[in-house]
Amino acid sequence: MDWLVLSDEEWTAIRLSLRVSGVAMIVSLPFGIFVAYLLARGKFWGKSILNGVVHLPLILPPVVTGFILLILFGRRGMIGSFLDEYLGIVFSFRWTGAALACGVMGFPLMVRSIRLSIETVDRKLEEAAGTLGAHPAWVFVTVTLPLILPGIIAGMILSFAKAMGEFGATITFVSNIPGETQTLSAAIYTFTQVPGGDAGAMRLTLVAVAISFAALLASEFMAYLVGRRVDIE
Amino acid sequence: MTLVVEAKQKLGHFSLDAGFVSEGGVTALFGRSGSGKTSLIRVIAGLLKPDHGRLVIDGDVLLDTQDRIFVPKHRRRFGCVFQEGRLFPHLTVRHNLDYGRWFAPKNAPAADFNHIVELLGIGALLDRRPGKLSGGEKQRVAIGRALLSAPRLLLMDEPLAALDDERKAEILPYLERLRDETSTPIVYVSHSVTEVARLADKVVMMKDGRVEAAGTPSEVLGGTVFLSSDRRDAGAVLTGTVETVDIPHRLATIRLSAARIVVPDAHVAEGRTVRVQIPERDVMIATRRPEGLSALNILDGAISSIEPDGEGMVRIRIRCGGDMVLARITALSVERLDLRPDMPVFAVVKTVALER
Repeated sequence: MDWLVLSDEEWTAIRLSLRVSGVAMIVSLPFGIFVAYLLARGKFWGKSILNGVVHLPLILPPVVTGFILLILFGRRGMIGSFLDEYLGIVFSFRWTGAALACGVMGFPLMVRSIRLSIETVDRKLEEAAGTLGAHPAWVFVTVTLPLILPGIIAGMILSFAKAMGEFGATITFVSNIPGETQTLSAAIYTFTQVPGGDAGAMRLTLVAVAISFAALLASEFMAYLVGRRVDIE
Repeated sequence: MTLVVEAKQKLGHFSLDAGFVSEGGVTALFGRSGSGKTSLIRVIAGLLKPDHGRLVIDGDVLLDTQDRIFVPKHRRRFGCVFQEGRLFPHLTVRHNLDYGRWFAPKNAPAADFNHIVELLGIGALLDRRPGKLSGGEKQRVAIGRALLSAPRLLLMDEPLAALDDERKAEILPYLERLRDETSTPIVYVSHSVTEVARLADKVVMMKDGRVEAAGTPSEVLGGTVFLSSDRRDAGAVLTGTVETVDIPHRLATIRLSAARIVVPDAHVAEGRTVRVQIPERDVMIATRRPEGLSALNILDGAISSIEPDGEGMVRIRIRCGGDMVLARITALSVERLDLRPDMPVFAVVKTVALER
């Protein structure tokens, strides 16, 4: 059973993948809720353009998305040079870049899930909350947010799962540097490219299956908890 | 309390142009569906911004389209009760009730939680979730939630319309207690003559977006405008005091200005002032005191007027002491009994017809 023991490099890839996916999910969440709310409720010029831009990563080849990120967020990129100069944030060839790529790739899935749940919220409940004296911001926090919690959880899990599996955009944007940007998927890919790497690829594959399964179970469990609490007839 | 409302609004091919003044108590906006009563109450609540309008409560201007004043709904402090209850499904009944209190201004006179819970009989429901409540229970909680937000005005939009007759009968006594035991003025939207007759101090009757008549329930519901527009439900509205309650027979005797009538209701307390509507088509006329008759109410009076409607039916007004009872009978019966004004007659009403 020796072949089941994970090497240090493999552990590094797993930890990195979890960190990248976790950060991608958490950081994109506020943006996801904001954009989903705009798309579900907003009435403004350019709404379909925003919708298209949000969905682009879903339609474009991941490599293209990665290349666009490289152009925009690379050291010399429009946004990248600004962030580097003024805020000291560097994306290119860092794990943060991997998180950015994963967040962008998972964003449409997250927005979609949250948007659908916002659209099912009975606006009459928000109206009622308003007549009881709650400011619109408080209505959102005390009524809308709890009611869309299942959609938010589903969106987070989708985003996380997408990040765990993301390969094309990440490798294009931040390359495949062990210990810095080599995620689980990239590590598996690397193993398949060297002779005798099958065992390592297999080990990481099992880990990937286990993580995905755990995420799925966690989402089911949370949805159950929320469902029991909300309990709409 | 003085409430002044005026609103003009075009909504497709329907136009609202209505207003009224209320001096407190229960003001009923009454009319069929599509008469604009719900639009008007939405204007008051701040849920609908009219093209032209004015809303003043006790000198406080909440809406004036000329001066571009529009106080948003969450700053009006009007409690609303909607047809569907609209309880928050993710909160328990207790937290639903607390919701309005969280946002009530600190200096507002705090409504007494225990008193309102007791008044509405919802003490046993506090730890349950709205999803598990019956329609009547939900509505009582919704009323409690609105009251506990310390409103200066309570707005009720057809609060009983979604309930079956039994649930209505369950809630109406609570609404009567509410009217009698709290000082919060109420604007009550309804299309039901029974509810309006029982609850309202003032009736504003609406049709096609306009106010057709306004006044006391007896004036409006016994007036010519209503009587000519709604023949099915027309009838006299009388006010009286509950004299005795016969619990074994589930009946209550109500003392009018002179006569007494027996109604099927054992849920009222003695001494309480109530209103009864006597549907005119359920009133029979006898020229001699009938004997061997099952009807419990035989009121003696004199014919005040005879009004033929030209379609074979006649409305007869009978003065019974200080009250006016309406009867709707055929022109043939008038001929056969040779009824004339000032003739002494007996108005016969089955108690069953007075189910409130």
